[in-house]
Amino acid sequence: MVSVVYKAPDSIQAAISILSEAEIATKILAGGTDLLIQMQGLVNESRLFVDIKKIPEMMQATLGDQGLDLGPSMCCAEFTAREDIRAVYPGLVEAAFLIGSTQVQGRASVGGNLCNSSPAADTIPALMVNAAICVIAGVKGERSVSVEEFVTGVGTNCMEKGELLKLIQLPRPAKNTSDAYLRFIPRTEMDIAVAGAAVSVTLDDEGVCTAARVSIGAVAPTALLVQEAADALIGTKLDDKALQAAGDAASAAASPITDRRGTVEYRRHVVGVLTKRAAQIAATRARGN
Amino acid sequence: MSEAREFKYIGQRTIRPDGYDKVTGRANYGADLSLPGMIWGKILRSPHAHANIKNIDLSKAQAHPDVLAIATYQDFPHVQSEAFQAGEVPTDIIDLARNVLADDKVLYHGHAIAAIAARSESAAQDALSLIEVEYEVLPPVMDVADAMKPEAAVLHNNMFTQGLAEPADKASNIASRMELKKGDVAAGFALADLVVERDFYTPTVHQGYIEPHATTVRFEENGQAMVWCSTQGHFDVRASTAKLLNMPLGKLKVVASEIGGGFGGKTTVYLEPVALILSRKSGKPVKMVMTRDEVFRASGPGSATRSHVKIGAMKDGTITAMQASLCFEAGAFKGSPMGPGCMTVFTPYDVENMYIEGYDVVVNKPKVAAYRAPGAPQAEFAAEMVINEIASKLGIDPIELRLRNAAKEGTQTVYGPKLKRVGLVECLEAAKNSPQYQSALKANQGRGLAAGFWFNIGGLSSVTINMNPDGSGTILEGSPDIGGSRASMQMMAAEELGIPIDQLKPLVADTEHVAYNATTGGSRTTFATGMAVIEAAQDVVRQLKERAAAVWNITAEQVDWADGVAINTTGDDRLTVAEICKDAEKTGGQIAGTGNINARGAGPSFAVHLCDVEVDPDTGKVDVIRYTAIQDAGKAIHPSYVEGQYQGGAAQGIGWALNEEYIYNKDGIMENAGFLDYRIPLASDLPMIETVIIEIPNSFHPFGVRGVGETGIVPPLAAVATAVSEAIGVVMTDLPCSPPRVLAAIHGKS
Repeated sequence: MVSVVYKAPDSIQAAISILSEAEIATKILAGGTDLLIQMQGLVNESRLFVDIKKIPEMMQATLGDQGLDLGPSMCCAEFTAREDIRAVYPGLVEAAFLIGSTQVQGRASVGGNLCNSSPAADTIPALMVNAAICVIAGVKGERSVSVEEFVTGVGTNCMEKGELLKLIQLPRPAKNTSDAYLRFIPRTEMDIAVAGAAVSVTLDDEGVCTAARVSIGAVAPTALLVQEAADALIGTKLDDKALQAAGDAASAAASPITDRRGTVEYRRHVVGVLTKRAAQIAATRARGN
Repeated sequence: MSEAREFKYIGQRTIRPDGYDKVTGRANYGADLSLPGMIWGKILRSPHAHANIKNIDLSKAQAHPDVLAIATYQDFPHVQSEAFQAGEVPTDIIDLARNVLADDKVLYHGHAIAAIAARSESAAQDALSLIEVEYEVLPPVMDVADAMKPEAAVLHNNMFTQGLAEPADKASNIASRMELKKGDVAAGFALADLVVERDFYTPTVHQGYIEPHATTVRFEENGQAMVWCSTQGHFDVRASTAKLLNMPLGKLKVVASEIGGGFGGKTTVYLEPVALILSRKSGKPVKMVMTRDEVFRASGPGSATRSHVKIGAMKDGTITAMQASLCFEAGAFKGSPMGPGCMTVFTPYDVENMYIEGYDVVVNKPKVAAYRAPGAPQAEFAAEMVINEIASKLGIDPIELRLRNAAKEGTQTVYGPKLKRVGLVECLEAAKNSPQYQSALKANQGRGLAAGFWFNIGGLSSVTINMNPDGSGTILEGSPDIGGSRASMQMMAAEELGIPIDQLKPLVADTEHVAYNATTGGSRTTFATGMAVIEAAQDVVRQLKERAAAVWNITAEQVDWADGVAINTTGDDRLTVAEICKDAEKTGGQIAGTGNINARGAGPSFAVHLCDVEVDPDTGKVDVIRYTAIQDAGKAIHPSYVEGQYQGGAAQGIGWALNEEYIYNKDGIMENAGFLDYRIPLASDLPMIETVIIEIPNSFHPFGVRGVGETGIVPPLAAVATAVSEAIGVVMTDLPCSPPRVLAAIHGKS
């Protein structure tokens, strides 16, 4: 007998109990914008859906002196409407704004985008350059991992049975720091990244870059933090030569595939262009203009 | 056409009669009909692009408790090879049968093999996996150039090339060859100061109609059957289905639902005959709805083409010779629009020497269907690109070059007739004077211009207008409304009867409530069905005059008709339509008029499009920043819907030029069978498309109408590709101009 079970716990503890005790294939349902499509046509399997949108702390975002505590299931429409968050993490907000359409953003969430763990996910590079931490709750307690550790492969992550991503923590950026995210799609919206690049830079009072993080998406099995690209920016005034070097380092770090969305050569080239342009935007923002 | 007729309703922008139902969601589309006791049908499709079917074992599926019927090719009554025309493209009835359900061979990934009807949609889907098919996999033939090679795997071992000087002695993938010529091209090229020739490629594309194919059918105990479906031509669904199932036409009623787009793709049958077999075998109504994936893989896309065009011109821009070789993919069965491609390729030009050859070639892709001016966009793309290159190399403005050689009244076409009065010159003049053409471009921007031609057709249309006792009326037409044609019918009838448009209700009647109507295609409906409406309205007027004459006790010849009022020319009496209809019982019964015609004299429509693009030199991405579509409508009955046709044609053509293509892997399996990766343009991808309606009346239509539905998709391919070429300094010969291809062209240049 095939059964499809839906549960909507109202606390993290209750959710963990359900997830850890489940005896059939279990899926955590946030916005469902990826999940429901993946479930189409699976008529022969019993499944348990655990809807986590009834858990208040999953749906909230708090910005404080320490940084951002983001409830993973807050929908992108609410998230991107938060001017306070945008002022601090403009790159992450613009990444979230690129997911799906206006309608989809009423359901889709940053946590869902992260847990779906697509190589082309828009928010993952932006989370990486902001040094985001994933707080995972389970029956044995909580653990924290970086986003780089969280995502393990194409559509896979480090979460185990009975675990739930309960919080995404972003440290407060240092003074004169900003970020940017760019992706390439052949159209204007409603598409999946052919390549993506997020860059965060910190400047000193002289305009010299003292810290940088660069992450590229859709050009490897997971989004990659590219230290060589960051190194190309650090110590420079983010002039054209430095930006080009960062772009070249990003291209060199990419290991893309050829598929219906792009070729190896094209993706490798474009990820460099995006890195350069994102670094330029992040620099402009960090300079405060 | 009466000169300078003053119109009361024609040319206004009225509210479309079908609008309320559509915006409120009340309108019923193909998948919206459910019947008591109805069950669901699903189709098992080939996982291979090319394979022999060694065996089909249905036993396990038959044993499934919810399965009520299974259909395979064996369920067709004996079908024999026979040329058959229903819909837009001629076909062979045996090919149609073997496309609907494969016989002993599957010819494309997604080719239907068997269908199951079960108590639920999920049970039907589930039971498909119980059908066991044994295949002998064959190498797929995926490109027209490969298919034409002597060593290519042959799809049909009984197909011999037609149209050769010497009969073919061995089977091949080339179904037919045709040749059109006038003058002497060798002599023409000898006169030329400049000869440009190039190879071009256009990919397989889909019409991209939003509504998937869907049908609900009921086969009754007494042999009567009903089909409800989304189609551009329910009379031709009846003809095809009845032929396949060996049924008399009178036993089969076909009802056309509202239609969510067709563009030529809904002019043949896929599900309907299969659903009827399932209904007959199960004794229950059957519903079948394609998924989007099935629509891409197994309905009829537009042909991919490879072509070679060579054009010669003198220094002053006089074109001396035009030559083309056009190879069209037909998909799995013969019958690409290669013929119209050959006929349209050079028709915008009045040139003495032309030579055109065309090849219709089968490949392991779905059988192509009509797609908006079938064959013309691909063919004219190649011609217009070379024309633009000649203009550029001779340093002549592309509009001036075209004006110097433009087809006009009296031009001898390469395919037969001389052109009557046409509006190409007026379109070119309007382009020259357009704000867009006067505007300046910036860095990384380019401008492209192209002309386009499509014949338009007439054909059979039947209309009945039933008058009501209050003077209102119902227009029964049989042309499914895919572009706002009901509004045009209403306006034309109102104009002729002289009564307000809201007094007339246009309805698309089923196959039993109005006589035969040819399929909505060839931009024929407003022209041909419109003429039938006018004739039916004139028939009503004739009867109204007779009734008025009876009331006044005079002859009908003594009655005049003006503005919906009968006038007694022997006195001062007047009778309105409402007054005559109210008392119709006293003068011989209620009034109905008919117009049953075979419309002749369709007027060709020429267009000129202007496209400005900006190219990102680092990514190869193309943004269309400005676009103007100029086209001769003859007479725009409802200008908003004429503009909508121009804009829609331009939008589809821009998609074809920029991003749309079927992407196949090495096994011949389509990898982008969905709207995520088959990239039609989004609203945000396009600028507002500016339109200019040119009105050079077609003298064969009472109001001057030409068709407008198709020509608009012909110019965009070359207009866009030329604009991109201008922006990057490399001629883009292969479509689509997708970012990787444009970037490769930029990099290849340096």
